[in-house]
Amino acid sequence: MTMTATTTGPASGGSASRGPRRSALTALLGRHPLGIAFAAPYAVFLAAVFAYPLGLAAWISFHDYFFTAPGAAIERPFVGFDNYTAVLSDPDVRRSFLNVLVFLVINVPLTVVLSLLLATALNAAIRGRTFLRVSYYVPYVAASVAVVAVWLFLFSNGGLVNQLLGPLAPDPSWLVNSKAAMPLIALFVTWKQLGFFILLYLAALQGVPKELYESASMDGAGKFQSLRNVTIPGVRPATTLVVILSTITGANLFTEPYLLTNGGGPNGASTSPVFVMYQRGIEQGNPDVASAIGVLLVIGVLVISLVNKRLLERG
Amino acid sequence: MSRSWPRMVLLVLGAVVFLFPFYYMLVGSLQSEPDTSLAGAFPTGGFTLDNYVDINGRVDLLRSLVNSGIFTVGVILCTVVLGVLAGYALARLHFRGGGTLFAAMLLVQVVPFQLLTIPLYVMIVRSYGLADSYLGMILPFAINSTAVFIFRQFFLQLPEDLFSAARIDGAGELRILWSIALPLVRPALLTAVLVTFIGPWNEFLWPFLITKEADLQPLAVSLANYISSVAGRAANPYGAILAGACVLAAPAVALFVVFQKHFTASDIGSGVKG
Repeated sequence: MTMTATTTGPASGGSASRGPRRSALTALLGRHPLGIAFAAPYAVFLAAVFAYPLGLAAWISFHDYFFTAPGAAIERPFVGFDNYTAVLSDPDVRRSFLNVLVFLVINVPLTVVLSLLLATALNAAIRGRTFLRVSYYVPYVAASVAVVAVWLFLFSNGGLVNQLLGPLAPDPSWLVNSKAAMPLIALFVTWKQLGFFILLYLAALQGVPKELYESASMDGAGKFQSLRNVTIPGVRPATTLVVILSTITGANLFTEPYLLTNGGGPNGASTSPVFVMYQRGIEQGNPDVASAIGVLLVIGVLVISLVNKRLLERG
Repeated sequence: MSRSWPRMVLLVLGAVVFLFPFYYMLVGSLQSEPDTSLAGAFPTGGFTLDNYVDINGRVDLLRSLVNSGIFTVGVILCTVVLGVLAGYALARLHFRGGGTLFAAMLLVQVVPFQLLTIPLYVMIVRSYGLADSYLGMILPFAINSTAVFIFRQFFLQLPEDLFSAARIDGAGELRILWSIALPLVRPALLTAVLVTFIGPWNEFLWPFLITKEADLQPLAVSLANYISSVAGRAANPYGAILAGACVLAAPAVALFVVFQKHFTASDIGSGVKG
């Protein structure tokens, strides 16, 4: 959540160096060597839980890797791009990447528009603001597993949604309909994450100078014009962040296909790359193929994020 | 301004869309027979706690809640102790590697965690043999980077004079942190705990992968297992599932409602604007 953070380095502090030996040490360790000790546990944590696994994933993806008992030493031959060719020619994997694209096309624009709209509305001095703000982020703080349970109930064949729609209800019903399953997951995630993004936009709106709105209305701009000419440019960094974070959420998709559509159903219409990764890697015991999916996904997320950043910041 | 009707309609409609599923969850968990008609969403009687008894018979609720609690408290403790130290160092101390660590902290927040599950599974389950253990559950989440960032932002906002004065008086960094800086950033502590709490409490994939013993599963995992094992059956398991969902969602929702002051635009904004 910190893409736009300014990179202010550690603040300077403390007294000036005393003597030449002192300054040699200062040059080597910094003015506060104790900082190294303070930060060490976190640095070790990042190295062990992020950097090393990332490297390990890349390594595994280029080898014929399989699970062994702890401590067993077994040769794992280098296989070049074999795992990648296997992944790219696997129709299930292709399907899952395509599903995520469908997901992103629905989820990202909807998230940006709705969260900006609701944040702008909420930014005014209105009654019940706290209540509204809290009710918007309740889905965000509740466990996915818990809210998936209600959505299962709401969107089941004879569920409330279909009862209300009557003859308009999709046939077959939402969760077992190959055209509706993925869009429904996209809607679910939009609904669940929206509160967090509303908070991001609310924070960004505090930074838009009030004078800009005043001069806009002096120039005779209506509400929509000032939204277009003042608000949207004013919150552009936040928009970049929202787009990137919701892309990452899409890349992370697992719980929803696993539970809401009962394992990416119907017939793989709502699988996600992480779900296929779980099937290939853990269920079928092919961590090498699964790692290749993971590496491709990381690359995909990075590319989409960079392209988004460029486009949005230029626009 | 406050008399703008379209705005109010939009906001209230939004609130209904966000809150209704939770209302429906609660209502559904209290009814013996699921009634999916519109009238069934507003029952006038026939409330029962049977569903809670039922889910407790299939999933050991207390045991699962204790497991979720241990997982969550472990992560919060590590984050508060080690994360405060790191946040303080990043904000107020000048040391070699500080800039790199700061950049790494930012970078980590855009690495999708699920993508690391395979190598983490290989390391934690296969290499260290930590499957079915609290340690294995906690390890990948031990220090929440967003919380470290929040700590850093709050320490950064304190006036530098405070620190130089204390240093001139001969106070050590640990003492400055403990008796001067920490009391001043208490609100940040609460915000960071809230942000950290929803990670492990709601996490599904990781504990699902590494716990095979039902005795060690957090509630999110045992409830999900129950949902996926009954999903195929024709009977009406919704009451029990919704009761379990209420038990799982309630602590997080209650915490955020009670401490809503500490989870606002400005708290999150400190994480966005930098």
